[in-house]
Amino acid sequence: MTQSSKYNSVQRKKFYFSQPLMDKAKKIIAQYPEGRERSAILPLLEMAQRHNGGWLSPDALEYVGDMLSLPITRVWEIATFYTMFNTQPVGKFHIQVCGTPPCYLCGSKEVKRACQKWLGIKVGETTDDKMFTLTEVECLGACANAPVVQINDDYFEDLNAESIEKILQDLADGKKIESGSMTGRTGSAPLNTKIRKKDA
Amino acid sequence: MTEEIKKIQVIIDDKEIDVPEGVTVLQACEIAEQEIPVFCYHSKLSIAGNCRMCLVQVEGKRNPIASCAMQASHGMKISTKSEMVTKARKGNLEFLLINHPLDCPVCDQGGECDLQDITMAYGPSSSRFKDNKRAVKNKNFGPLIKTEMTRCIHCTRCVRFATEVAGAEEVGAFGRGEDMEISSYLEQAVTSELSGNMIDLCPVGALTSKPYAFKARSWELTPTNSIDVMDAVGSNIRVDSKNNEVMRILPIANEAVNEEWLSDKARFSYDGLMTQRLDRPYIRQDGKLKAVEWHEAFIFAAKEIKKHNADEIAALSGDLADVESQFCLKELMDKIGSLHRDCRQDGAFLPMDERCDYLFNTTIESIEQADHCLIVGSNVRLEAPIINARIRKSTLHHGLKVAYVGPSADLTYKTESLGDKLSILNKILSGSHAYAKTLKEAKNPMIIIGQGALASPDGEGIYKTCRAIADKYGFVHDDWNGFNILHTAAGRVGGLDIGFTPGEKGKDTRKILQAAERNEIKVVYLLGADEIDEDALKNTFVIYQGSHGDKAAHIANVIFPAAAYTEKEALYVNTEGRIQQTRRAVFPPGEAKEDWKIIRALSEILHKKLPYDTRKDILSKLAKTYPAYKDFSRIEKGQWHEIKAIEVRRGMMTLPINNYYQTNPVARASVTMAKCTVGKKDSKSWEKD
Ligand code: SF4
Ligand code: FES
Repeated sequence: MTQSSKYNSVQRKKFYFSQPLMDKAKKIIAQYPEGRERSAILPLLEMAQRHNGGWLSPDALEYVGDMLSLPITRVWEIATFYTMFNTQPVGKFHIQVCGTPPCYLCGSKEVKRACQKWLGIKVGETTDDKMFTLTEVECLGACANAPVVQINDDYFEDLNAESIEKILQDLADGKKIESGSMTGRTGSAPLNTKIRKKDA
Repeated sequence: MTEEIKKIQVIIDDKEIDVPEGVTVLQACEIAEQEIPVFCYHSKLSIAGNCRMCLVQVEGKRNPIASCAMQASHGMKISTKSEMVTKARKGNLEFLLINHPLDCPVCDQGGECDLQDITMAYGPSSSRFKDNKRAVKNKNFGPLIKTEMTRCIHCTRCVRFATEVAGAEEVGAFGRGEDMEISSYLEQAVTSELSGNMIDLCPVGALTSKPYAFKARSWELTPTNSIDVMDAVGSNIRVDSKNNEVMRILPIANEAVNEEWLSDKARFSYDGLMTQRLDRPYIRQDGKLKAVEWHEAFIFAAKEIKKHNADEIAALSGDLADVESQFCLKELMDKIGSLHRDCRQDGAFLPMDERCDYLFNTTIESIEQADHCLIVGSNVRLEAPIINARIRKSTLHHGLKVAYVGPSADLTYKTESLGDKLSILNKILSGSHAYAKTLKEAKNPMIIIGQGALASPDGEGIYKTCRAIADKYGFVHDDWNGFNILHTAAGRVGGLDIGFTPGEKGKDTRKILQAAERNEIKVVYLLGADEIDEDALKNTFVIYQGSHGDKAAHIANVIFPAAAYTEKEALYVNTEGRIQQTRRAVFPPGEAKEDWKIIRALSEILHKKLPYDTRKDILSKLAKTYPAYKDFSRIEKGQWHEIKAIEVRRGMMTLPINNYYQTNPVARASVTMAKCTVGKKDSKSWEKD
């Protein structure tokens, strides 16, 4: 995760919540007791990131801070504390390879290497066409299906070099891809069982 | 203390001891005089509990506990010396030192570093860590604070100070885990007027003073306890000097005045003491200033004074003038027969029948007992940052509510704005304003009147209306006096005390300047008065006595070089009326002399000799003449009396300070303050290392 506080100089449109988002935000804030509205910071930042191309730009941070009357320092503290908030721009597809021991033991190193080779970038970088960003993350909580990669909101499991390459190719081609296990098992069912996805 | 506080008994290192209920284990140990090493704990800040240095053993608990974050309970058995504690401290320090560089020889904190001291006392003798240390990029905190962020141990004292005391949430802990870094958002310079205190709070050398960087080691310095004169708060300071030069200024804790804090101007303007100094007497001949000997300068001035009628001579004293010199100058003027004198350069309206007429009567400490505060035409944050921090503290912890009349300003706490025209005061007095109801219900209300309001054309009306408000709404009762004048000049209250004000039919500042313009006043004696309109004195013979070649020295006909506040023993009275004494830390430069001595010498040449040969003579005369000067430990206020209201007509005013960093000759001569001035406008333009 990048922690540097470099101001990204990309000129962009000023960030704001559109009306439906604003209504949603107000609803979220209303869930918290009076005087504790500031606690709504996490869901609001998440919403902002989702509608800001997957990252929190300084103006998005300021916007959310103003909404909750939180000084920007506090917002920035929170945004940099949680690794799921991106404080630098990310590509259209954010490839997050899990590198924690269970995945590592099952071959996440291969998966990572395949990604780097296929995308031609290192971990923490974005491709020139702004399509892919590659990051290595800590446990995604799906160890039973290691190795795991999260791409935007979806999990891809039981991966190896081949399957991840195919996924990347499909994404680049704009094809629809299916998330879940790549070996076809159902959920986290034991590896050798005969229950297949189709039978379930 | 009004309420009886319940006591509980704890056993600390096998000794039974009674402590008040609700204290933490750490505080209980402090009461028992057992030293506990700490980094993150600070009595004036909230508890963080993140350094783990304060571990102690509590019977019945398997693990050592952080004493700063646990409340003591009855019967608790605490051990601060057991094997477990010793081991825990050692281990903790070993962890802290993993990433802390061993650069003590080149670190300005060396010699006064908590980490250094605590490691010496409790730490391991060597490290077992063989891997790479972490390094952190330094941050830009502006021209006052130098950062060396690899040294940071993440105690978050600086963050808590900025958030809680300074009220400027400019510093934060960004990132997490090993990547956590202390910084300001996007590395903007810290703008708070109290930022220098973070340097004191930082237990290691991560935040150090930029102007003091690599100037001296702490053990080479000679400390002198003194008083600050940059504003009228009278903060207690320690002046550290070396080779007859002031190296730095630090606060001394005084609960009644500045707690443990110091404003940036008081802390960093000392470099102004070395530049633009007047170090020898000058006289102006043929339009040019010429350096002369003292007696020549005296004779030159005396000749001119003798040439004129007493009625054509006037004296003005400036913001940094001490009590003794103002007293001597007043006596000299009396002997000459001139009644035109004033210590209010800004022309503020201030009656002085009793001391309580012009003091901050509530006292700084008792702000914490007030429940409502009405600020009239003052930007307290710039006029007295320390008092502003007290008000902020009261709003946060004691439920103080603040309302504001006058031009708006960001005071770092919540205020209710009643409008920017001071004529609103009329409505509050008559009871037709909604705020009147609040005041009626208040128990301990206070009002703070700024110099800007009193110096406005409506000054008299504002003062008297506020007085009437105070009387009507019970601002003064039993042992509570909520009527406060906030002064901005360190010399002002002293000047008012000894009556450095127009005698009967004498002229005040405004009239003296007008008369000088009309050439009715021919000689003006300026005792460090630099903040006046010098153009008015173009055709006047100006005698300037002061420490710096500032504005007024340029129009002077005679210059008497005087000592600055770090170079003399002198009395200063703060806005509360507290009489305090500065001490000499260094000698004045060149031929400069203490102020009262100059006036005493001149009086002799004028054949109007003042009967004081030592400073002691003056002090005993003061004590005889003014009851307040008998005993400096108590504040004499005089009798509260009624003053009739006059309506505020227009109520327009301007705030007196718009550039906090350059309000007096010392600060104007300071390069550091000049850098801050630039930085205030555009925080990004502050030079980086
Ligand atoms: S900079 Fe100093 S005060 Fe701030 S967290 Fe680090 S060690 Fe503590
Ligand atoms: S002083 Fe107790 S944890 Fe830091």
